[in-house]
Amino acid sequence: MTELSGKCIIAIGERDGIPGPAIAAIARSAGAREVVSFTQCFV
Amino acid sequence: MEQFPCIKSVKLCLSHVPNLIRHGSKPQREITSNSTILDDILNSARSFEDAIKYPPHQVFIGNHTPEDLAGVERPWYRRSFEDSSSVGPDGEIVEEGLFLCLTAAIDPFNLLRLDSRYIDRHRDALSRAKWFNENDLELLGDGTPQQTLKDLVECRGALPLYQGHEFIGCVENGHSEDSSLSAEIVLENLTSKSSAVIALRLLNNDGDSGNEIGYVIGCGEEAIGDRYQRGGGNLAKAVAENSGCLNATGSDIKAFCCAPNHAIVVGAALVTSGLYKNVAVIGGGSLAKLGMKFQGHLRNNMPILEDVLASVAVLIGEDDGFSPIIDLESIGRHTVAAGSSPQAIAEALIVEPLIRKGLGILDVDRYATELHDPDITEPQGSGNTPRTNYRVLASLAVQRKEITRDEMSDFVDRYGMPGFSPTQGHIASAIPFLGHAYRSLTSGNANHTMFYAKGSLFLGRMTEMSDGMSFVLTRNAKTNKGQKG
Repeated sequence: MTELSGKCIIAIGERDGIPGPAIAAIARSAGAREVVSFTQCFV
Repeated sequence: MEQFPCIKSVKLCLSHVPNLIRHGSKPQREITSNSTILDDILNSARSFEDAIKYPPHQVFIGNHTPEDLAGVERPWYRRSFEDSSSVGPDGEIVEEGLFLCLTAAIDPFNLLRLDSRYIDRHRDALSRAKWFNENDLELLGDGTPQQTLKDLVECRGALPLYQGHEFIGCVENGHSEDSSLSAEIVLENLTSKSSAVIALRLLNNDGDSGNEIGYVIGCGEEAIGDRYQRGGGNLAKAVAENSGCLNATGSDIKAFCCAPNHAIVVGAALVTSGLYKNVAVIGGGSLAKLGMKFQGHLRNNMPILEDVLASVAVLIGEDDGFSPIIDLESIGRHTVAAGSSPQAIAEALIVEPLIRKGLGILDVDRYATELHDPDITEPQGSGNTPRTNYRVLASLAVQRKEITRDEMSDFVDRYGMPGFSPTQGHIASAIPFLGHAYRSLTSGNANHTMFYAKGSLFLGRMTEMSDGMSFVLTRNAKTNKGQKG
């Protein structure tokens, strides 16, 4: 398991999967610092 | 008196435009950085015959059902139905030359010009096209001499058009200093308009309804307007003008990929209110999305499958005692407070309206959602979008104890369907199933079909929200199962 505490993360979510802000929220709760988060549509 | 709104007719068309792939957003950017890619694109283009035979296209125009497609081994581009035709009960597959001739004919500012000889090559076929008329022929004229076209490109910055390597025309800039009217954007908007005109003309031909339509709602994704009102619209009225809807006015609804569902719900409400007897919802094709995933196709030695502009026209009218009813009591809305996770969206669009109606998930016969063709998306790593969405739906059914976890795959097969739409954004979102649903709800055995679609509002950088809208089509109470119209 990757240790996220103290690390910077870029969260890229997907429309039909997990939105970027949700990924960022999980990473923040594990101690990471969110640099940027966004959601993409791949279709 | 309150009217029950019906879906009275549907047309879905595919304009096969392999030589416009290079003007799609992704190919254009890649060609700019490496010009040799153009030859790769040209060498991987599909013939018109192959585009007709492609099994998902036959399902799109109604010649075959999604169930037929589920029985075809993938990859589908290597298969074909033996009885393939360019014409189906729900629409047509249109050849590029004819499409460009119509686009030029109904371009009121003569910005898209075609070479005289190119037009001459298509005159016979144009005279046979159901969606092309004498007036178009007159407007098309004799075309433009080759030297004039070259001058326009070299001296006035017009965008050249090619068939393979043959120079066949150009698109002029709509204004010399306005990037909102650049030749690239004019081409995008003109092709969206003409593809929608084909669908609406076919719709009107079937029922001779053009003069009966009071309002046209555009649901395409193009931004029509100049620098002071980019995206101002109103493509709907321009399409109505060229489709014989002389008594109609109209407007555009913008909601990304779920705009067609918003438009159908608004159209149904307009009919229910009595304000209009007949409303048409139209959507043109998306030039920007041509070749969007071409790199995955090239990498896998496939033809480039994103070579069609898809378009739709739907006629909503008063209850005729036969056509399926748009049930306004079970509209699903994705509100601001709903949340943007796939589960939150599905609950808002599917579960909440069904509960309101006293129905369970299993009470709906079929669900139409994002119907993107996996042959197109999987080679570029974008997954199987319909299957992902149907698995979310199945998981909701498990959560509500309507099925067990072991029954999820069977549920997906029975209530879902394989994706058969080109990746044309708004067009791929649920509505390609409308023609099939019409038949199953009238001459077939279905009672309820739900259409749910999502919109990626976050792409515009104004919000992180998603959007969505759903509606249920219901068998007309006055029809018996299996009754023919």
